[in-house]
Amino acid sequence: MTHTTVAPDDKRDVRRANKVAASDRSKAENRLGMRLVAPAIFLMLLVTAFPMLRALYLSVFNYSLTAPDDREFVGLSNYWTALTDSLFWETTLNTVFIMVVTVAVELVIGFAFAMVMHRVIFARGIIRTSILIPYGIITVVSGFAWQFAFSNNNGFVNEWLPFVEDGFNWFGQYGSAMAAIMVSEIWKTTPFMSLLLLAGLAQVSEDMLEAAKVDGATWWQRLWKVILPNMRSAIMVAVLFRALDAYRIFDNIYVMTAGAQGTESISFLTYRQVIEQFQLGIGSALSVLLFLSVLLIAFLIVKIFRVDLAAARQEG
Amino acid sequence: MSTKNKIGIVIGAALILVWCLLPVAWIISLSFKSQEAITNGSPGFFPSEGGGAGWQNYRDVLADDQFLRSILNSIGISLIATFLSVVIATLAAYAIARLEFTGKKLVLTLALVIAMFPVVSLVGPLFDMWRTLGIYDTWPGLIIPYMSFTLPLAIWTLSAFFREIPWEMEQAAQVDGATSWQAFRKVIVPLAAPGVFTAAILTFFFAWNDFVFGISLTSTEQARPIPAALSFFVGSDPFNRPASLLAAGAVVSTIPIIVIVLLFQRKIVAGLTSGAVKG
Repeated sequence: MTHTTVAPDDKRDVRRANKVAASDRSKAENRLGMRLVAPAIFLMLLVTAFPMLRALYLSVFNYSLTAPDDREFVGLSNYWTALTDSLFWETTLNTVFIMVVTVAVELVIGFAFAMVMHRVIFARGIIRTSILIPYGIITVVSGFAWQFAFSNNNGFVNEWLPFVEDGFNWFGQYGSAMAAIMVSEIWKTTPFMSLLLLAGLAQVSEDMLEAAKVDGATWWQRLWKVILPNMRSAIMVAVLFRALDAYRIFDNIYVMTAGAQGTESISFLTYRQVIEQFQLGIGSALSVLLFLSVLLIAFLIVKIFRVDLAAARQEG
Repeated sequence: MSTKNKIGIVIGAALILVWCLLPVAWIISLSFKSQEAITNGSPGFFPSEGGGAGWQNYRDVLADDQFLRSILNSIGISLIATFLSVVIATLAAYAIARLEFTGKKLVLTLALVIAMFPVVSLVGPLFDMWRTLGIYDTWPGLIIPYMSFTLPLAIWTLSAFFREIPWEMEQAAQVDGATSWQAFRKVIVPLAAPGVFTAAILTFFFAWNDFVFGISLTSTEQARPIPAALSFFVGSDPFNRPASLLAAGAVVSTIPIIVIVLLFQRKIVAGLTSGAVKG
């Protein structure tokens, strides 16, 4: 009798003890985890969140570093000034234009590169090493390389392109200057795109491709029905990263045209307001607008690809 | 594979090589031309007859104190920023991969949001704050902002790597009689080291490449890194730069990157794709 009554108690105690120990352990684990990530969180907040909040604060002042004592609260008028200024919309449009064209071109070329790299059996190391070179090179240096390449007195572009007259000044007008900027951007970042797409390609099952082939699907059908749908997440990541990166475009423009011929980007406008003209109030308002538009773009891209994903599921 | 396909792939591979190397070859060629040949207008890929300058451009660039100083700044600032980022990110990534704790998702989300951050929007407030704090135009004045893009990158790359480490091996070693420190040092550290190293390389690339902070938060050669120094190499007229000297400077500043790429190609590809795709 005693034996049977005591034993469950014992068991319960053991269980309780285990439970206490487990929750102690998980508490300790929780504490350790938080302690280990604390420096990272602290630093990330310090270098981005804090300055961003400060920008938010400064953006409601009329504040110029050339006359710091005249700082004056002006509410949302800096935003109003920016949003009603044609320059703001011109630079935003430029930036969107650059983003859309470069990402679209890079997606096509990057995918072609990824297909080649996926199938290539010889010289893999050489190709992979070379493709990292544009990725690793300083953007400013690639800007210079292309600026000199398009230059009308020492470049090779005019000489090599049969349909361009010698002495044509690429940086003399809007259209061709933008084209030159986009070429340098595309050259530098296509490798990154193609490496991400290559990783996506590796996840497409060979069996499925083989099955489609046996069923008589043409190369084109296999591409659209098997390869691309299976790479959707890799494509989304690549497009998202590149689009946001392209929207911040600054280095190339600074080096190649310095904003001449109306080639300024929104980052460039912000930089000029703050660093060259010391207009911290309006510059901060531009910073906030720039940040908001990046969030909007990220949201839109995620949204667009999700819609696609749902549609694909319904099809299947 | 049919012969047609094979030919296609060979042509494709050749195109990739041309795409990647042409501008590099061009800037190297430019760096061996004389400035006279360039300003007199001798377009063309290779230095023309008599227009070659030999190593003179390189000698001039390397004799330039400001240029050397900016290389030194870039090496120092990038290395310190990389070291700090990777140490802090390793702690965070270990916790993310190994431990259960509240706020785990928050760290990854925060890192992702910050990775998308338009760097220029930080420039204004930092410019103002750094001047007040007196670290404008100093090494720390650049190292700290560099954390804004190096930390998220390092955290994502490292947590993707660490997730693949078989952590049970640590316990197995402990069962075999190792202390937990020994188990960690002898089992986990060797497994984690390649990931940490890869994260460090990528972080270094990012820091070395920075331009926005470089031109905004420095005013003298005291802290100005190489990309900013190259852009200031001549006055403000962007249409009349000493192309040959700049090309030599560009080549010199690219050498560290090329060396790293040549040595660690495999690791870099793995790091780039694991952080982005598996993450």
